[in-house]
Amino acid sequence: MSNIKAAFANGKAFIPFFTCGDPDLETTATSVRAAVANGADLIELGIPFSDPTAEGPVIQAANLRALNGGVTTDKIFAFVKELRRDVTVPMVFMTYANVIFSYGAERFLSTCRDIQIDGIILPDLPFEEREEFLPVCRKYGVDLIYLIAPTSENRIAMIAKEAEGFLYLVSSLGVTGTRSEITTDLASIVSVVRQNTDTPCAIGFGISTPEQARKMAGLSDGAIVGSAIVKLLAKYGKDAPRYIGDYVKSMKDALRCL
Amino acid sequence: MTNRNGRFGVHGGQYIPETLMSAVIELEEAYNHFRDDPAFQQELSELLCEYAGRPSRLYYAKKMTLDLGGAKLYLKREDLNHTGSHKINNVLGQALLAKKMGKTRLIAETGAGQHGVATATAAALLGMECVVFMGEEDTVRQALNVYRMRLLGTKVIPVKSGTATLKDAVSEAMREWTSRISDTHYCLGSVMGPHPFPTIVRDFQAVISREIKTQILEKEGRLPDAVIACVGGGSNAIGSFYHFISDQNVRLIGCEAAGRGIETFETAATISTGRLGIFHGMKSYFCQDEYGQIAPVYSISAGLDYPGVGPEHAYLHDIGRAEYVPITDEEAVCAFEYLAKTEGIIPAIESAHAIAYAAKLAPSMHKDQIIVVTISGRGDKDCAAIARYRGEDIHE
Repeated sequence: MSNIKAAFANGKAFIPFFTCGDPDLETTATSVRAAVANGADLIELGIPFSDPTAEGPVIQAANLRALNGGVTTDKIFAFVKELRRDVTVPMVFMTYANVIFSYGAERFLSTCRDIQIDGIILPDLPFEEREEFLPVCRKYGVDLIYLIAPTSENRIAMIAKEAEGFLYLVSSLGVTGTRSEITTDLASIVSVVRQNTDTPCAIGFGISTPEQARKMAGLSDGAIVGSAIVKLLAKYGKDAPRYIGDYVKSMKDALRCL
Repeated sequence: MTNRNGRFGVHGGQYIPETLMSAVIELEEAYNHFRDDPAFQQELSELLCEYAGRPSRLYYAKKMTLDLGGAKLYLKREDLNHTGSHKINNVLGQALLAKKMGKTRLIAETGAGQHGVATATAAALLGMECVVFMGEEDTVRQALNVYRMRLLGTKVIPVKSGTATLKDAVSEAMREWTSRISDTHYCLGSVMGPHPFPTIVRDFQAVISREIKTQILEKEGRLPDAVIACVGGGSNAIGSFYHFISDQNVRLIGCEAAGRGIETFETAATISTGRLGIFHGMKSYFCQDEYGQIAPVYSISAGLDYPGVGPEHAYLHDIGRAEYVPITDEEAVCAFEYLAKTEGIIPAIESAHAIAYAAKLAPSMHKDQIIVVTISGRGDKDCAAIARYRGEDIHE
């Protein structure tokens, strides 16, 4: 069992997302610790990219704030290493293919192993292009996490069969961002996933309220929340961690009795 | 030249969100079907001739040839096409394909506005809804084209993210496509993005080199010694090169926008200054920093102001089949003025980059040698900006 699966061993998982360095790495560290203390099961850490084509305005702005603050891949590696002194929950990087490609896949993924990053999520690396990084991921024991979208249809089984870590089920069409309503027939998608793999499956995109998290985790193995947390960072800046702690608690509480 | 996974050597591929995979697969299947459908080809051919005004002229630039005192210069007049540039070749093909696929809505990105205007035109003609994404800075630089698109019934959305130029318009169009796929075709304007776009756009633009070949054989009884075109994403260049790729004696030269110079950060010369990367759906060369962050590029030309280059150009560069040279703003502006005064032709500032290199190359060649330069578009849209570059305060 990979470390990531451990995140799903105790009921439904709550997975918060943070853009590293938004507004600075100290605040990201305090935010991650607040989330873990309040029940986060797995942490998704975004390495900012200049042109994040899968993100809505909220996370685009976070990427920009982080990059303008001078964050780099190397600084993020040092930050994760420091974080790992006390944070033991699984952690994955979410970034774009060019960030890894440019750094060198070998150098990037061997560092991931060294600092105990358990997986990577790349929204611009579909299943067909997995060979770009998969062999190196395998070499260093880092899970390459695949995404499934509302449009995946006859691709779901193919992707699910090779899933590792967890499957990231995109709830809706479009980019990241909070939504008042999620209308995709996710139950049908999850059912196809279940027929093809034992790997857990968490739903993300558009989730912001405890009710939505409860509904989404009820259909799957967990809920991923990005933009709602990033909004707290945009609003409160360095003071955000305590609001994030309260927010994560409310979200995790909503998942507890499922 | 494309293999099954849309690769040109190591370049190309499909680096896009899972949400878009079904759409590009559907597009590839439809394209493979209609490409070999005589009825589709007939319909497209009629549109290109009767509506867009093809074939475009191959004009012998006698005064320029005499003035430069070297190789004979021919100009491939894509500027004379309907809507004023080569963009219409690709757009009519893609719009017709989208219509056959049952799509009712076109979205597009635009830099200088030429592709946006062409897409808006095709949408009006074929009765489709159209939305064009344009960097906010470009909507100011190319205000006339914004008005043209609106006049044609298209909604123009100014993109404020990033550097508010072409790359951001592409990103925003891709984002829009992920949110609405079933009725919408993304009419990509250059030989870039995920497979099958680089192949589809190249095939629709290849009409340029097909015509050049026929026309030059008629006029000169031989092939040219060099074909020169400007390169942003590279659609007019690949269109101008394509049917000459196997003719090893024809030099293929792409002119990149060097902006204020390739030794400065204010440049958009991807092959001269970029390195291999993955962005906007493709592996190719990109201007980027040491951590893979895409660089905020610069050129006076909105149409060449892009940090990447199409994957087939990257491949032609790798194998040494095509040469890519940087041309600065100043060189391009001088060529813009030179062609106007010498031949009475005002080229697009993008195309002026190709003229600038032709003017450098021609004097070093023999009088019996031939250069073909593609004038990818006309320069009306650029007059105000060039006047401002020269210190005259003109506003449209």
